Amino acid sequence: MDPQAAKFIGAGLACFALIGAGIGIGNIFGNYLSGALRNPSAAPGQFTNLLIGFALAEATGLFGLLIALIILFG
Amino acid sequence: MAAEGAHEAAATHGPMHQFEIQRIIPLELFGYDVSFTNASLFMVIALLVIPLFYLIAMNRRALVPGRLQSTAELSYEFIANMVRENVGEAGMKYFPWVFTIFIFILVLNLLGLLPYSFTVTSHIIVTFALAAMVWLIITAIGFMNHGVGFLKLFVPAGVPWWLMPIIIPIELISYLIRPISHSVRLFANMMAGHAMLKVFAGFVVGLGVLGGWAPFVFLLGFTGLELVVAFLQAFIFTVLTCIYLNDAVNMHHH
Repeated sequence: MDPQAAKFIGAGLACFALIGAGIGIGNIFGNYLSGALRNPSAAPGQFTNLLIGFALAEATGLFGLLIALIILFG
Repeated sequence: MAAEGAHEAAATHGPMHQFEIQRIIPLELFGYDVSFTNASLFMVIALLVIPLFYLIAMNRRALVPGRLQSTAELSYEFIANMVRENVGEAGMKYFPWVFTIFIFILVLNLLGLLPYSFTVTSHIIVTFALAAMVWLIITAIGFMNHGVGFLKLFVPAGVPWWLMPIIIPIELISYLIRPISHSVRLFANMMAGHAMLKVFAGFVVGLGVLGGWAPFVFLLGFTGLELVVAFLQAFIFTVLTCIYLNDAVNMHHH
């Protein structure tokens, strides 16, 4: 295979990490929303935890994206 | 010929062009390249904007704050509450440091959203330097407060002894990897967001007056989203700093 083509395919494959990030972020916000609708008074207190969870879930996807960028431009 | 020229223009001004570092004043010191670049310029701008904003906002200290003064007071209260909630009263002596980190990153992120500006936080070396600074200072605080006892952080309470050979290396690695995950989060968010904006801007130009409206509306929405992300990432960087600080100050057995 042409190395240039393999490089592009590899970069595309690395972006699969974003699937997991999407599932994780959707899970966090979905569960927060369903919890917040059951007990709205407790929701504001958990907002910081929501954002921390969001950041941690997002980071795994971003690592994949980073690898894609390293493959493409590194 | 025209198509070739357009292709060349697209190649030089592609979505990654905005991240290029240009030397404004070339300098060399002891064989190191210490040129004043566009990155340095925007850091200097941020350092000028922050004190200027707070000086103007707090110039007329009214009992009933005006718009600027309440913005300044809100930012103070926001971080003060964050430190108090996550670290407790013992952490309030580190408040100025946490506040500086937050405002610096926030202003750099927001400056990067201006047209023709440069996003300093979209370079991993900048965010890594910040995260490494945070990590080193927090480790030093931990050892200063608890001495060798700080190493107990890697030995969680309530874990059976035969699990220790597995748990301790895991805890150690997760501690050592903190500066990397801390910096990559900020860098990748800012870089991916700005690259995406430029890609959609390319669609607007490419589709012309007739078809360009659809990506243009999309672009407007994404710019709003980027504004949220600029704030959110500064917030998350600061919250994580507070959480790491909590480990070093209070050493809760988790």
